Amino acid sequence: MSKFKLIEEKFFRVLMFLATCLIAFALCLIIFSILYKGIPSISWEMLTQTPKGGFYFGKEGGILNAIIGSLYLSIGATFLAFIIGLPVALYMNIFLIKHKKLINIIRFFLDLLWGVPSIVYGAFGFTMMIFFGIKTSLLAGIIVVTLFIIPIMVRAIDEVLKTVPIGLLESSLSLGSTKSETAYRVFFKQCIPGIITAVLLSFGRAIGDAASVLFTTGYTDHIPTSLSQPTATLPLSIFFQLTSPIPEVQNRAYASAVVLTVIILIISILSRIFSKKFQKNQINF
Amino acid sequence: MNNKPKIKIQNLNLYIGRHHILKNINTEIPEKKVTVILGPSGCGKTTLMKCMNRLTDLYPEIKTNGKIIIDNENILNTKQNISKLRQKMGLLSQRPYPLPMSIYNNISYGLKINNKWKKKEIEKKVEQYLKQVALWDEVKNRLKEPASRLSIGQQQRLCLARGLAVDPEIILADEPTSALDPISSQVIEEKFVELKKDYTIVHVTHILRQAKRIADYVVFMYMGEVIEQGTANEIFENPKKNKTKSYLKGLFY
Repeated sequence: MSKFKLIEEKFFRVLMFLATCLIAFALCLIIFSILYKGIPSISWEMLTQTPKGGFYFGKEGGILNAIIGSLYLSIGATFLAFIIGLPVALYMNIFLIKHKKLINIIRFFLDLLWGVPSIVYGAFGFTMMIFFGIKTSLLAGIIVVTLFIIPIMVRAIDEVLKTVPIGLLESSLSLGSTKSETAYRVFFKQCIPGIITAVLLSFGRAIGDAASVLFTTGYTDHIPTSLSQPTATLPLSIFFQLTSPIPEVQNRAYASAVVLTVIILIISILSRIFSKKFQKNQINF
Repeated sequence: MNNKPKIKIQNLNLYIGRHHILKNINTEIPEKKVTVILGPSGCGKTTLMKCMNRLTDLYPEIKTNGKIIIDNENILNTKQNISKLRQKMGLLSQRPYPLPMSIYNNISYGLKINNKWKKKEIEKKVEQYLKQVALWDEVKNRLKEPASRLSIGQQQRLCLARGLAVDPEIILADEPTSALDPISSQVIEEKFVELKKDYTIVHVTHILRQAKRIADYVVFMYMGEVIEQGTANEIFENPKKNKTKSYLKGLFY
């Protein structure tokens, strides 16, 4: 190896190390500041009560409405997106496998949609709601968030399915199974751990997004009892508390952020445990 | 050929994009014999085999013309259900692709697709097919374990058993021993010789010695063309074409 190559190797290794450190540092800083400001303000009361009068001026009450609302919204949207997204991804990778160009065009547009800011989805949803005369509601929010996470869901599942070798498809087909049997009984089983990650990724985007629900779900202090009622969400709750001039309320915003982080953490851990159960059947190619 | 042909290939041409891959193939594959398609890498043997059960449908830009006749029907242009057609042919690929499920379910998968067997019958059949490929003794105590835990050689035998379980008439084997150790390869070869009394076996390989060990008939291919074909004796003892002679001498692979 020439001397230049050695220096080059070292230079890029240091560069990669620094980049990793920078990202890790930034992430730790965010988590630390959320925990540092948030944990002292968390109380049992905050987790179990809806906002009482004067909550946004630092008086009693909690964010139960937003916690429940966010869970309703993101679980509903993730569920819908999964039901729609899984068949799309399977269709692309099994039925369209002969049409490489078409698949690549579809992938290109999905990637494009993935990059569209969520506020655009929110605005689109809002326009549709005006057109159909629907008020801000949990249902409208679920639909818009579903639209917003479908590209993520499809592409994430698609990336997993892409790793299945064509030999497995050939084997399954030559046993006389149809393409749909192959899709749901072989490809799906082989990819369950990856699919769980895809669902998790989509869920994370759904529960953490504020802009798409701003116009569509509205905001309320009550826990919704039907799909047609407006609903509070954690990101918006954080936003409203953070914009308050009162320091106490601002600290509660951080406490709400802690709640949001912990929800995502719990879901992550649960799905990891869940996907371990299926990993044993996976074939390593 | 003395035997009744099971597969007749007539004037088969195959193109991938603008490349002419298979050039005017004419051959017959006799029933209940081992036919070895022999030739160097890249000569189109695997592609020819994939035409027989229409796996070519999965690849972009492939165009075929000509005829492949199985049971009086041109399968390249058939109204018959393709799944039914593929079921007639068990496939053994270059490396084993077990299904992502337990050893037991790998065999019962095919059984369940095609018939409504009772649970007891399925259990019996799974045992029967595993015994047929000499795998039963190794796995009988861990049928519920995932197939991925088996060794590659065991996996390939499992794939053979899985293929037999759908009750095919033909076995298509695409260099089935290329990823295996010598002992597992030997088991597969022995099984083929045993199985030929019930099945028509098409074996694709570039390993000359293996061809000599198991072949009844040989189709020698080079650069997408069939150079010479005939009984194993004719081809190995008395080749007529120069290309065949030099391949048999080991002048090229």
